[in-house]
Amino acid sequence: MLARDEDILKAAEDWRKAGRGVALATVVQTWGSAPRPVGSNLVVDEEGNFLGSVSGGCVEGDVITEALDVIGSGKPKTLEFGVADETAWRAGLSCGGTIRVYVERVE
Amino acid sequence: MRLDILSSLNTERAARRAVVIVTDVASGEQRLVKATDMKADPLADLLDKRLRSGKSGMEDTPQGNVFLTVYVPPPKLVITGAVHISQALGPMAKMLGYDVTIVDPRTAFATPERFPDVKVLAQWPDDALPSLGIDRYTAFVALTHDPKIDDPALIHALSRECFYIGALGSKRTHGRRVERLKAQGIDDNQLARIHAPIGLSIGAASPPEIAVAIMAEIIARLRQSPEVKA
Repeated sequence: MLARDEDILKAAEDWRKAGRGVALATVVQTWGSAPRPVGSNLVVDEEGNFLGSVSGGCVEGDVITEALDVIGSGKPKTLEFGVADETAWRAGLSCGGTIRVYVERVE
Repeated sequence: MRLDILSSLNTERAARRAVVIVTDVASGEQRLVKATDMKADPLADLLDKRLRSGKSGMEDTPQGNVFLTVYVPPPKLVITGAVHISQALGPMAKMLGYDVTIVDPRTAFATPERFPDVKVLAQWPDDALPSLGIDRYTAFVALTHDPKIDDPALIHALSRECFYIGALGSKRTHGRRVERLKAQGIDDNQLARIHAPIGLSIGAASPPEIAVAIMAEIIARLRQSPEVKA
């Protein structure tokens, strides 16, 4: 079953209330074909458990790694993924699009 | 995001009320704007536009770059008539993310065997509809062909400002329906909101094809601004 937005955000709230470090990632811009629309959410806790998606699965790994960093530092980050990016070989979007993802800690 | 903003967001969503989160991209500062407070917001026009399209996005404002995350309630679909078209339309709408409820007082039609995947209520619309929380994020479809069932449901749907209202039947059938509803005090503006004959004109012949035509018309209503003709 696909996680719906309300489930994802509820999980973020519940996890934080339970005392876990939590980060929220949001797709803020897309160019070309992108698998998930702007506004899509992914939540990550301090242990790397996650819910939701920001792409078709190709960049989630990197977003989770960065999210753990954001949970530690508290500093929001904007990440960009796409074929033009040098990380494309590692975590590229095979569909040829570019996405920008905003990652913030739930305070 | 602050936990209190996240909590309010979840509260509003649970109550099926629209919300926009405004994020200042440079500073990371955030605020939550409820649908009821939108008119008073400095970004009122932008927020209104975003809310109607349901699309999140970046905006360049005099105060700098902001990201608007739009949270509109998940759409609902309420159908009167546990008929053949509904057997295709229900699961199709569910796959598209709609909360689906079918209402039909005829117990031979409204059986879980005929509708294994969607909620079916074997009740009269007058009894069933008020508790379904029909709102402007709801599409309503009348498919029974029976005025006793469809008419009261249509009147309820009109009063709740459903974003889409459609009724099965030819132009002649709809003409008679219009006369009946007028006699019950529904005015011309309201009547004009009913899509009938129902569905996009794609030459649909079988019940599943008619379901596709109906669903396509619902999506057009949901995703395109009111000025755009479906």
